[in-house]
Amino acid sequence: MRFSALAAVAMLVVAGCGSSNPNTGNTLAPPPTASLKPLDKVGPGEGQLNLIAWEGYVDDSWAKPFTQQTGCVVSSKYAGSSDEMVSLMKDGGGGQYDMVSASGDADLRLIYSGDVRPMNEKLIPDWTNFQTFFKNPPYNTISGIHYGISLQWGPNTLLYSTKKFPNKPTSWQVIYDPANKGLITVPDNPIQIADAALYLMKTQPSLGIKDPYELTKKQFDASVALLTTQRPLIKKYWALASDEISLFQNGDVVVGAAWPYQTIQLKAAGAAVDETIPAEGATGWGDTWMLATKAPHPNCAYLWTQYVSTAKIQAEQALFFGETPVNTQACAQMEALQAGSCAQYHADAAGTYFDTIKFWKTPIATCADGSQTCIPYDQWVSAWTTIKG
Amino acid sequence: MEGFWTRMVLRLWAALILLFLFVPIVLIFLYAFNTSNIQSWPIPGLTLKWFTSTWNDPDVRRALTLSLQAGLVATTLALVLGSLAAFAIYRMTWFGKEVVSLLFILPLALPGIVTGIALNAFFSFGGITLSLLTIVVGHTTFCIVVVYNNVLARLRRTQGSLLEAAMDLGANGFQVFRDITLPLISTSVVAGSMLAFALSFDEVIVTTFTAGAQNTLPLWIFGAIRLGQRLPEVNVVVSFVILVTIIPVLIAARLTGSGGAARVPAAR
Amino acid sequence: MSVATARRPRPKGGGAVPFAGLLWRLPWLRPLLLLAPPLAWFVVIYLASLATLLITAFWTINPFTTQIVQVWSTDNFQRIINEPAYHSIISRTVIMAAAVTVTDAVLAFPFAYYMARVASRRAQTLLFAAVLLPLWASYLARVYAWILILNHNGVLNWSLQSIGLPPANIGYTNIAMWVVFSYIWLPFMIIPTYAALERVPETLLEAAADLGARRWRAVRDVMLPLALPGVVAGSIFTFSLTLGDYITPILVGGAGSSFIGNVIYSNVGIANNIPFAASLAAVPVAIMAVYLLLAQRLGAFEAF
Repeated sequence: MRFSALAAVAMLVVAGCGSSNPNTGNTLAPPPTASLKPLDKVGPGEGQLNLIAWEGYVDDSWAKPFTQQTGCVVSSKYAGSSDEMVSLMKDGGGGQYDMVSASGDADLRLIYSGDVRPMNEKLIPDWTNFQTFFKNPPYNTISGIHYGISLQWGPNTLLYSTKKFPNKPTSWQVIYDPANKGLITVPDNPIQIADAALYLMKTQPSLGIKDPYELTKKQFDASVALLTTQRPLIKKYWALASDEISLFQNGDVVVGAAWPYQTIQLKAAGAAVDETIPAEGATGWGDTWMLATKAPHPNCAYLWTQYVSTAKIQAEQALFFGETPVNTQACAQMEALQAGSCAQYHADAAGTYFDTIKFWKTPIATCADGSQTCIPYDQWVSAWTTIKG
Repeated sequence: MEGFWTRMVLRLWAALILLFLFVPIVLIFLYAFNTSNIQSWPIPGLTLKWFTSTWNDPDVRRALTLSLQAGLVATTLALVLGSLAAFAIYRMTWFGKEVVSLLFILPLALPGIVTGIALNAFFSFGGITLSLLTIVVGHTTFCIVVVYNNVLARLRRTQGSLLEAAMDLGANGFQVFRDITLPLISTSVVAGSMLAFALSFDEVIVTTFTAGAQNTLPLWIFGAIRLGQRLPEVNVVVSFVILVTIIPVLIAARLTGSGGAARVPAAR
Repeated sequence: MSVATARRPRPKGGGAVPFAGLLWRLPWLRPLLLLAPPLAWFVVIYLASLATLLITAFWTINPFTTQIVQVWSTDNFQRIINEPAYHSIISRTVIMAAAVTVTDAVLAFPFAYYMARVASRRAQTLLFAAVLLPLWASYLARVYAWILILNHNGVLNWSLQSIGLPPANIGYTNIAMWVVFSYIWLPFMIIPTYAALERVPETLLEAAADLGARRWRAVRDVMLPLALPGVVAGSIFTFSLTLGDYITPILVGGAGSSFIGNVIYSNVGIANNIPFAASLAAVPVAIMAVYLLLAQRLGAFEAF
């Protein structure tokens, strides 16, 4: 399993963050909640569990049985972006929320603002079955302390209407193509700039982009320029996955950037769509269930984490959303539910596939080579507002 | 007066405007009975099944309970505080009256989002967790204005001579209040409360910022519209909300003769 | 006129005499006591919130942790003034608010005229109730109704196609938002216009007729100027409500539909940048303050 590429980069994210630049947050010091002792055993459920999740992560098909087994009634707030998750989790979850299914770009921000607390991996029996990398990924484990339990991971895909594109598109160019004006949708998320940078990595190699999240001013401006030319072609920026599903169902758009979840839902509703990962590659996300510092129902939170880490539920969720489970034993379950799915979602041989995905991470000013010339995330946010205009 | 053709044109215009105003509302009610769960037109058939499935949805029931709780508490608080304010302003003669009147208009004069984020900032600084309490605080603030407007308007229409006559007949201040003033203004207090409840039940703009993980019914509707999977339930809930907000307003209009209900903007 | 300052009889006996006596000796005490609780509520909660918001506008956040940095700075305001993206968002919002106001004024005037001057007494009451009803029928419900209508497979496209016209496809556009806004705020414009028109005494029109003006001229030169304060009063609502709205752009708007309200909303809920949201919120407040001043000049406050 060659996850070294991501591991190395993520290490640099952590190490390089400890600059005196006030914009990056002091990540050399231990996280504020590092000294909070996690539970050493799970008590009886409190009867309620409030989650912040991506759409499709808390489906009734596995949430209802969970409630029956444990008595914890699950209520979920769906967020459309990592930014929204960080915002909802402010002040340790505000005493409202128990857990958040945060992606790699939100994890460090949550950890270093003290909004999530350490979790005890020994309380999760299936943790020992996780792929090695996902036991202690740098985005949720710092100095051996786990600030969450890895969940699943996957790519951002190109979703297209098979009527308009009878031949599968081979390049992300279709979402920048004026021929598709008014028929394109992309996520309303500043991290989209990385997708533009990813496209430019292959189409404008002279820019020298190596990592779509570490962009010099020149590379950043080129990415923003690309997105600005894309803006008149966009029908609507989708903020929630359901927005995109409606757009495709109504025929308002024919191509867009999506998660595998939308494709599965649309196909289930009979829409003529399909997805692909074009030649330039894809960005992606690795998700972790993190425990809020002020979680009002920690026992239910642990019960939930145990539940979604089991091979059976990992398989169910992987098939529902279209992602790859972290539990190595989920593959067999996936095959039992849907033949060929284990290979389709790369649950069996994740190594090479994993390396092709540029996982979400928070852009910071420190580049890989230690220089301070990369554009930090707050400028991504303001640039995104300008792009959307 | 106006020529025949002018009147005809005006009549036609009025009819068209009325259609424009009411057709969307009627459509919602129709869609609530839609057999299909795809919201397209024309509607394939009519059914009552969505009513039962909506009632059985625990999220909807929780949201409804929360809306009712918030509405009742906010209305009660607003009733008391708004009436007190109306009495005070009615009797004040010093300069502060203008300033205080303006103050009481602010929650409705400022865009709802400003009130919403102001309260949100205030709560987060005060370390107050967002909950039913904060929702109620937000609702009460503008419900006070509604009650205040109605009671003040009624007080201004009261003839002072009635009160003086009562006093001439020997009633003390309290008796005058209990036997003369209170019955005179009671309809406006009730009307104001009805309007306040309707306002609170439908409120979404400020509530988005003052609610925590809980959902009032409008918040549930907003989320459900965006998530797009439970649209048949949304149709039912939305029809229900329309009825629940219209009925108190109709009562209020009967009590105050239509003028009272017009005194306050509704879209909060 | 306050009864309290009229000839006051001596209070009757009973346990409350000393207190009643105090109230009698200090006539301003009673309104003050009555005012205290609601005033306290407003000052402690509402004004304090507004003040908090104003102060927050001068702070910034740590972009990594999104925690507020309580250091005085005018960065937020400078950002709004300097970045063209915000100029276009603000101007888009103002233009939409103006367009909606004009549309509603045009739609409302003939209707209000009909209600005030042509309809019978009974019809007037019925029409008034009819206009109020949609006003109170749930804002979200009415926006949602338009989503259903403007949908690709909705009522509008079906109607157009059944009479042979091509589908309108105005879902998720600024046109859709303009239609929805005009629809939702229309009753706000009708009511004050009607109130103003109703107050114009018939004698004025008769006098105009006596002076030789034909009907149309009398309307233009007598009624319109007298109705103007009512229209302006209504415009306060349509303008202000459009200025701060974020729900309609989210539900009905498309790619080019970011309004001031949306940027504020996403700065609070997504970027967690409350200071910037607060500074943005100052913009519609400032615009409305100017608008209200103009409206007062035009006599809107007496009309309603």
